Amino acid sequence: MSLTKQELDEFREEVRAWFEENKPADPGFLLPLSFMEVGTDEQFYFLRDWQRKVYEAGYLGMAWPKEYGGHGKPQALQDIVTREMIRQKVPFMTNTIGLNWAGPLILNMGSEEQKKAYIPGILSAEDIWCQGFSEPDHGSDLGNAQLKATRDGNEFVLNGSKIWTSLGRHAKYMILLARTKQNTNNKYEGLSFFLIPMRIPGIEVVPIRKLTGEYGFNQTFFTDARISESCLIGKEGEGWQVAMATLAFERGAVGGQAGGHAMMSREVAEVVALARTAQRGGRPAIEDPTIRDRLVQFVMEERSMMLNSARSRIKALNVDRPFSIPMSSKLVGSEYQRRMNQFALSLQGANAAYYVGDDLAYERGQWQRSYFNAFSATIGGGTSEIQHNIIGERVLGLPKS
Amino acid sequence: MLDTNKKLTITFGEEQEQLLDIATSFARDKFPMDKARARIAAAEDFDRAVWDEMASLGWLGIAVPEEFGGSGLGLAEVVTIAEPLGRNLAGTPFVSTTLVAQALLKAGTAAQKQEWLPKICEGTIGALAIVEPHGDWNLAHLDVKATEAGDTLALSGTKTFVTDAASAGLVIISVSLGGGPALVLLDKAALGKASLEKEIVIDETRRSYRLKLDGVTVPRANLLDQAQTAAALKHIDEAACLLLAAEACGGTSGVIDVVVEYLKTRKQFDRYIGSYQALKHPTVDALLALEAARSHLYFAAGVFGQGEEGEIAVRMAKALSSDALAFASDRAIQFHGGFGFTYDCDAQLFRRRGVWCEVQHGDAAYHRRKLADLIF
Repeated sequence: MSLTKQELDEFREEVRAWFEENKPADPGFLLPLSFMEVGTDEQFYFLRDWQRKVYEAGYLGMAWPKEYGGHGKPQALQDIVTREMIRQKVPFMTNTIGLNWAGPLILNMGSEEQKKAYIPGILSAEDIWCQGFSEPDHGSDLGNAQLKATRDGNEFVLNGSKIWTSLGRHAKYMILLARTKQNTNNKYEGLSFFLIPMRIPGIEVVPIRKLTGEYGFNQTFFTDARISESCLIGKEGEGWQVAMATLAFERGAVGGQAGGHAMMSREVAEVVALARTAQRGGRPAIEDPTIRDRLVQFVMEERSMMLNSARSRIKALNVDRPFSIPMSSKLVGSEYQRRMNQFALSLQGANAAYYVGDDLAYERGQWQRSYFNAFSATIGGGTSEIQHNIIGERVLGLPKS
Repeated sequence: MLDTNKKLTITFGEEQEQLLDIATSFARDKFPMDKARARIAAAEDFDRAVWDEMASLGWLGIAVPEEFGGSGLGLAEVVTIAEPLGRNLAGTPFVSTTLVAQALLKAGTAAQKQEWLPKICEGTIGALAIVEPHGDWNLAHLDVKATEAGDTLALSGTKTFVTDAASAGLVIISVSLGGGPALVLLDKAALGKASLEKEIVIDETRRSYRLKLDGVTVPRANLLDQAQTAAALKHIDEAACLLLAAEACGGTSGVIDVVVEYLKTRKQFDRYIGSYQALKHPTVDALLALEAARSHLYFAAGVFGQGEEGEIAVRMAKALSSDALAFASDRAIQFHGGFGFTYDCDAQLFRRRGVWCEVQHGDAAYHRRKLADLIF
């Protein structure tokens, strides 16, 4: 079904009006910028209700099949909605793992029963999903996951632990990478991939306090937790391939996500606005030449990312090192965010020393918090240092470290 | 003010794709890196046969309209040639000649365009004399004077960094005339009366001259359209920045190749030195700087001449490409260890090129300052 430009324009108008009218009012507390930062129950319930409202209005999962709770409409319409949500800076869709990678994975390779059981709750935010990939001793080396899933008849018995389980306290389900076979020829062969229930005996979720002082991440402990073999997705022993397919959805390299935005990015325009209010010698900080110089550098960097993405689509301009831009975008983007947030603090003068909770903190201390939270992206998903190794080795062909 | 929400697209056409492909092979064939020092030491300013080939490929008329013998494309297409030439540290009058054609197009009289543009397309070399001994990047800061005397203009003062002047068939100079800036065309006859001294410059692949104009007179008809002077100077400045950015991006690619090759083959303590993260990570940073600069370069090429948007884009490309080449070539010297300290190591050639590209037409800090005024 292809839509005319007029139909798309009309739809955009409708969506714009809906979000303008239904956009939630300021809740009176600081909202998180991504699902990884949901720290309090009041934040969680606020965001969950917002996702449900968007879904019930028909603006989420628009291109997912009707029989599983989607709306069976063209992707172009969902894209319009997502862009409008970003434009109006409405809160993000909190069931991020479900909407963006677990859901597409289930639709892509799950059984009919799995699709029926899981997809509707992902969209309505009734069933929150979390992810069990990283382990305490295997941060950057996913293929070396050691959590044991031992077969016992038509069940598996889980023992071990996973870490950085965002939304773990609220999650009903987890996507889990576990080792079903020991002593294989290579570490990848013994892995299997499961969709497991979280609220069963033997699973304990322990909150981890973050550098921000807040909670949000968890460590999940598994002690003889029993799950049915029907929790497998993909074949037993082929978990690594499923994990790679999941990461492709997570990184947006493959389409099929439910739509809606997953995080609120900080933009340089906000730092520029801050520099206009902040004071230096009784004058707006933006008049200070050294501050102007730094701001211009951030403007250029933010543009670099947009332009890199535009150039990466032009084959003739990526002849020498075709994977250079896609492989480095996480490193470039996360480091940019960290430094930009850090710079935003420096603009606040002595008041940069306030923190979330003090009524003199600039914008409720959100820059202090987002600076600290920015480390989640420079560390998570492979640290910046690991990214340098990967790019050096795979893009430049340098010897392994 | 910059609209940071605006979706940015890079336009890259079929002509550009073909030219980039051809120029990449051409640069590799005609300017191999192992002959770089021989080219520097050569008595001739450049290889005439290679130049003739560039002319016959139509490269000197790419951004010249068809009515003057060019192919009617633009500087966006010229970029696709300047970048690979920069990668192999080619020394040719390509950029200076292109800039002279641009000056003529912007401010030349009908007669001047008619006379000179077809010649340029066929290989006549052009040189631009717009820098002065004070070294100020502001092109309106002019100590060189033209004084009207009847139908002639008497010139005085000195121009610096006039590249390829000894082989030039025409030179365009900026002068102060009656208190305002003006552009004047010098042909072979006028040049014969001027004194030309070869300069010793940091980038040895360049052939740069000091042009002493005292005692030189030219017919008044050699004056370009004075009403267009300011616009032409701005246009030349931006075009020069764009092409220097292209050369710098090419150079950054070139020096990354040099250092990566060394990191892959040199062993110390029984290990390839490229396996050490202290060398690997900054080399990756050089690559990231290149990718960003190159994305800005091709965006700037696409919006070149489009008012403020074009100016912002070209200044960003110039600033980022200068910094990228400076960083990549500086680290390349260091990472070659003792060999990096020798004249034989290619890293120094790129570092010298980097300084040139950076300090001609404004360094990164200068452009950032201009950008701040445009954006905030």
